[in-house]
Amino acid sequence: MQLLIFYVFGFIAIFAAVSMIVVKQPVMSALFLIVNMLCLAGLYALLDAHLIAALQVIVYAGAIMVLVLFVIMLLNLREKKGLITRHKVAMQGIGVVIVAFVFVLIAASMDFVSFSQAGAVSAEFGTVAGVAKTLFTDFILPFEIASVLLLVAIIGAVILSKSRT
Amino acid sequence: MFDYTYLPAPNLIPQLIEMMIKIIFIFTLNIGFFAPILGYVERKQSALMQDRIGANRADIFGYTLGGLFHIMSDAIKLIVKEDFIPRGADKVLHTFAPFAAVVPTLLAFAVIPFGGKYNLWGHETNLVIADLDVGILFVFAAGSLATYGSVIAGWSSNNNWSLLGAVRVASQMLSYEVAMGLTLVGVFMVYHTLSLTEIAAGQEEFFHWGIFLQPVGFFLFIACALAENKRVPFDTPEAESELVAGYFTEYSGLKFAMFWMAEFLEIVTIAAILVGVFFGAWHIPFLSDDSLLNFLAGIFGLNFGSLFTMLVHTGVFWLKVAMFIGFLMLIRWSLPRFRYDQVMKLGWKIILPLSLANIVVTGIILLMVN
Amino acid sequence: MLNQYIPVLFMIVAAAGTATGMIILTTLLGPKKEFSDKMEPFECGVSPVSDPASRFSLSFYVIAMLFIVFDIEAVFLFPWAVIYTKLGVFGLVEMMVFVLVLVVGLAYVWKKGALEWE
Repeated sequence: MQLLIFYVFGFIAIFAAVSMIVVKQPVMSALFLIVNMLCLAGLYALLDAHLIAALQVIVYAGAIMVLVLFVIMLLNLREKKGLITRHKVAMQGIGVVIVAFVFVLIAASMDFVSFSQAGAVSAEFGTVAGVAKTLFTDFILPFEIASVLLLVAIIGAVILSKSRT
Repeated sequence: MFDYTYLPAPNLIPQLIEMMIKIIFIFTLNIGFFAPILGYVERKQSALMQDRIGANRADIFGYTLGGLFHIMSDAIKLIVKEDFIPRGADKVLHTFAPFAAVVPTLLAFAVIPFGGKYNLWGHETNLVIADLDVGILFVFAAGSLATYGSVIAGWSSNNNWSLLGAVRVASQMLSYEVAMGLTLVGVFMVYHTLSLTEIAAGQEEFFHWGIFLQPVGFFLFIACALAENKRVPFDTPEAESELVAGYFTEYSGLKFAMFWMAEFLEIVTIAAILVGVFFGAWHIPFLSDDSLLNFLAGIFGLNFGSLFTMLVHTGVFWLKVAMFIGFLMLIRWSLPRFRYDQVMKLGWKIILPLSLANIVVTGIILLMVN
Repeated sequence: MLNQYIPVLFMIVAAAGTATGMIILTTLLGPKKEFSDKMEPFECGVSPVSDPASRFSLSFYVIAMLFIVFDIEAVFLFPWAVIYTKLGVFGLVEMMVFVLVLVVGLAYVWKKGALEWE
């Protein structure tokens, strides 16, 4: 049952990811990316990471993709012919090489991951309280630094928007 | 890695049946009852408040039932109307937009409890479709996805008004989504859970209702919820005097109805959350669940007693929800529309700082109480 | 723990089915008469004089970026609120530091006028 659901989500995720790249209409691309992120949320839920699954939808599918859609709307990107006209084949070749390289990296790193502990998680793992306990006691420094990072993001957003006026 | 075992077999069938009954109940209640009846209420209420007679013409053999047949005639009209897609519009996205608007609003009901836990003939029943640990985050997630329906509708219509509406709706919903989350943090601190079933269960005692423990949170939340709902006074994205009908200007027939359905169902969701979080969910003031159960069990026996307790609780819950729906709809004809800059100012400069202050104050009070 | 998601899957299927059904119904039923003037996008009765291709105020974009930042802040607050009573004073102080840094950000944005609408 789990395996079946995993395959369904995994297949849709890959299909959406490929479609996102292939589709010419920018809004459709963005929508496929949302579908992909929703499927990832489903996969997180399968792994018992309940909070992460919900946050994946809220932050990535709900917030960041709205920003992407906004940019598409603000720049008024309708269906356009490919922007890259020269060296098209060469560019595609470079793309394929990079993707192949990433795949090799992933395949190589598989050896270093131990799967022995998978499945042996406590009932609290991934729940809101469970994540909170770890985050706000063991990982307090990264958590506080995150606030500084967000502050930098705020200032960056304001400066970028104000620089041309 | 993954085990091949299927779901636990022994109590699978009763669980599945229970789940199907709950899902069918929620869908029938929402699509079959609330969505059409709210359309009628909206028309009738506006007529009442503007001293008109209102929807009263549709009749069967001369009987009008106070205009109730307009629900049927509206439905028939909407179904057989021409589905219009303007020239230059993106056909696929134009058709997809109402789908994206309706599905998340229907999904949000999955985590809303409409009753407690009951033991009927040895079968444990929990009156919520999915008792998720993340609870209300699921509603927020659905709400954040609901933005796309409106945005895509406005974008794909190839119409100036629609596009303006889409941009407005996106930034309004974004602004209030943040504030809405923050207004409820105080509630989570008090009941220390995100799960709506547990929040509701924590309100059995009358003075433990959310409204008494988080009064500021209640008012801030209701403002944010109205803004997310895009209704007056926050209806700038669909302001008819400015933008025709905003993002759904170019929609007709059932697709148009789907946007309305999404809006009405959002009202129901908001009312259900208000009741579940601030007004004691299915609990009756000064009457604990156990004493009601004992009383009814004394008369009808244990099994029928718990069945009737369940029915009473569910009835109380939906009655409260209906009252809040009435209140939320009353606002539409009572307040003028905000200007767009006022909407944004309210969200970022008033509600956001206030809800942060509410969190800090709640935190300090909780520390002092413990 | 996984079983709790099965009803959600059913809900997704049911909701998607309902929405698809409505769209199919409205596409199949109803008349289809197309002629040039009718297919124009609505513009108060006149032919559209401008293409909806104009660009928008940057403020909308700034709002979207600020939204992401504060949404992430809210996301940190949710789990914190759940275990707040267990953390006690320590919890209050650590979140005060976190929120204060972001309030500084909000004050900066406010001061710079990015929340003003002309």
